[in-house]
Amino acid sequence: MRETRRKQEGRWAWRLTGFVTVCVYIFMFAPIVATVILSFNASMFGGFPMTGFSLQWYGKLMANEAVLAAFRTSLWIALVTAIVTTAIGVTTAFALVRFDFRGKQALSTLVILPALVPETILGVGLLVLIKAVDQPRTMLLLVLGHILLAVPYVVLIAQARMIGIRRVYEEAALSLGASRFSSFREITLPLLIPAVVGGALLAFTISFDNTSASLFWRPAGVETMPTQILSMLKISISPEINALGTVMILVTVGIPLIGGLVLQSLTKLRRRGEPKEETQ
Amino acid sequence: MPDSQGTTLHPRPVLAGAAGASAAAEANSPAVEFRDIDIAYGKFVAVRDFSLSIRKGSFVTLLGPSGCGKTTILRSIAGLVDISGGQIMIDGRRVDDVPIYKRNIGLVFQSYALFPHKNVFDNVAFGLKYRNVPKPEIARKVGKALEMVRLPGSEKKLPSQLSGGQQQRIALARAIVFEPQVLLLDEPLSALDANMREEMRVEIKKIQKETGITAIFVTHDQEEALSMSDRIVVMNAGAVEQIGTPEEVYEAPATAFVADFLGKANMLAGTVRGSDRKTAVVVLGTGQTINVACPRPLADGSKVTVVVRPQKFSVGAGASANRLTGRVVSASYLGGSAIYEIDIGGKASLRANAPITGRVLREGETVDLGFDAEGCVLLDEGGQRIS
Repeated sequence: MRETRRKQEGRWAWRLTGFVTVCVYIFMFAPIVATVILSFNASMFGGFPMTGFSLQWYGKLMANEAVLAAFRTSLWIALVTAIVTTAIGVTTAFALVRFDFRGKQALSTLVILPALVPETILGVGLLVLIKAVDQPRTMLLLVLGHILLAVPYVVLIAQARMIGIRRVYEEAALSLGASRFSSFREITLPLLIPAVVGGALLAFTISFDNTSASLFWRPAGVETMPTQILSMLKISISPEINALGTVMILVTVGIPLIGGLVLQSLTKLRRRGEPKEETQ
Repeated sequence: MPDSQGTTLHPRPVLAGAAGASAAAEANSPAVEFRDIDIAYGKFVAVRDFSLSIRKGSFVTLLGPSGCGKTTILRSIAGLVDISGGQIMIDGRRVDDVPIYKRNIGLVFQSYALFPHKNVFDNVAFGLKYRNVPKPEIARKVGKALEMVRLPGSEKKLPSQLSGGQQQRIALARAIVFEPQVLLLDEPLSALDANMREEMRVEIKKIQKETGITAIFVTHDQEEALSMSDRIVVMNAGAVEQIGTPEEVYEAPATAFVADFLGKANMLAGTVRGSDRKTAVVVLGTGQTINVACPRPLADGSKVTVVVRPQKFSVGAGASANRLTGRVVSASYLGGSAIYEIDIGGKASLRANAPITGRVLREGETVDLGFDAEGCVLLDEGGQRIS
């Protein structure tokens, strides 16, 4: 009796868990799916019901010089942010994991602080600072701001990977005659590659996606993709925005996915190639 | 009782010094020499006043429980640990300030530490590359080293495709291919399974002999130490307990620690009742009276510990000088021999390891244990061997 009751309770618990899970996923993905579907809507109005399939909004997008400029701007900023942030993040993580120095604890807390402070506060803060030293808002400022926002995440990723790389590898390299720099270049860095690629992709998307801080920091007349969308929304809810949103989703979701797949296939290829050589 | 040479009974600080002196006498040009090494991590002193001189081409083992400082000493030779006092010399050259990558030592780790992203060839060639050896020469030497560890033709494999034993062979090849002045082995067998361990033990020893390289081996496994070493340095709590050949440290342990750590010897507490130049009569705490060999007369009433190896007991009938009667608490049958736990009335029961002649004893049986007066070692109250 008791046994069956317990079993039944268990079944209900599983059903409830499944239901909640499905709800959460619907809540998370429904807006994205709606945006993508509506971007192909023939109707003049950016909402349901669908009146037909059309690519006209993508065509309009392609012809919109302001949107294209914003896209190029965002791409450049994201690329520079990814490269610089990865370099800073990986070396910082290496230092934090491998060396003991005074103030290490403070540094490791400070370096992730930008991820904890609300973005709006950071946005206003940097702006106030720039005003205080009487500097204009430039592209450089915008890029520096994005780097500031992305560094914590890259440090965290690289740190996690770095902890997994056992010190003996470096010790072995040193004992074999490699200098500290050589052992980093030949041993540590190649083992860190997944974190380097992952960090770069994340930094790219963080920068490409950023809205609120960019609103504060962008120079006059410059739009990034997200700010461009915002300014378009102020005028009207055109279906063009759905198309633009779909492009944004493709870039920010697609690039990390492709990166991950490339990385995976690279390691697979290496493994698969080996037994062949063995049989030769 | 076989006497050990020159490294016997002294309080600890003197022992270390005496060990250095005796070692210096035997070696014309030591491969590695420690002079009064101290190593401290902050306030914690890992190694204290360590002196040792290692002859070229010899196989020396640092043996002790974990945390005794043996690995720290090994790492100090490699330059992975800074010493806080004393000097380390490799081939007569002081290396305290030489960075690790200029020390020319081969290092084998417990966890193999093969570079996972490099194939076997690149792993083994690593040390040669940094010594600017020309490429054809590198290929030749790597090939030779792989033959030596019996894995020829494995150049293109990745470490992940090799078994643990194979990985450790490659690690060994990588450490000796550039002909270092010293080969350091940090518990290289601990990560292997039991069968592999035995095979690698023989292999390492063979390669060491063939190449004539000076090897320093760190282990907590007494069997490894006894079977492989020319000399064993038994360590405890950052200091040397005894230095000697495997026979010396096993047959004539200098301290209670050595007697216990190597082979779990029986320790019988007792009081001296009369002694001359050769033997002493000892009344055990459990009441029995025994005769033991003793190199010098001892004062009546002095407290001693009689150390008897489990193998020195003859179980059952036998013409021995000493006879203890007890009850079998447990018996473990090992095939050729059996290990008995025998209660003779003391706090701890005795361990006897006897070849099986006739039948195996059962729990609860009463049995006679015999041992010769020469079959044991006498320790004084401080746990030091009386000599």
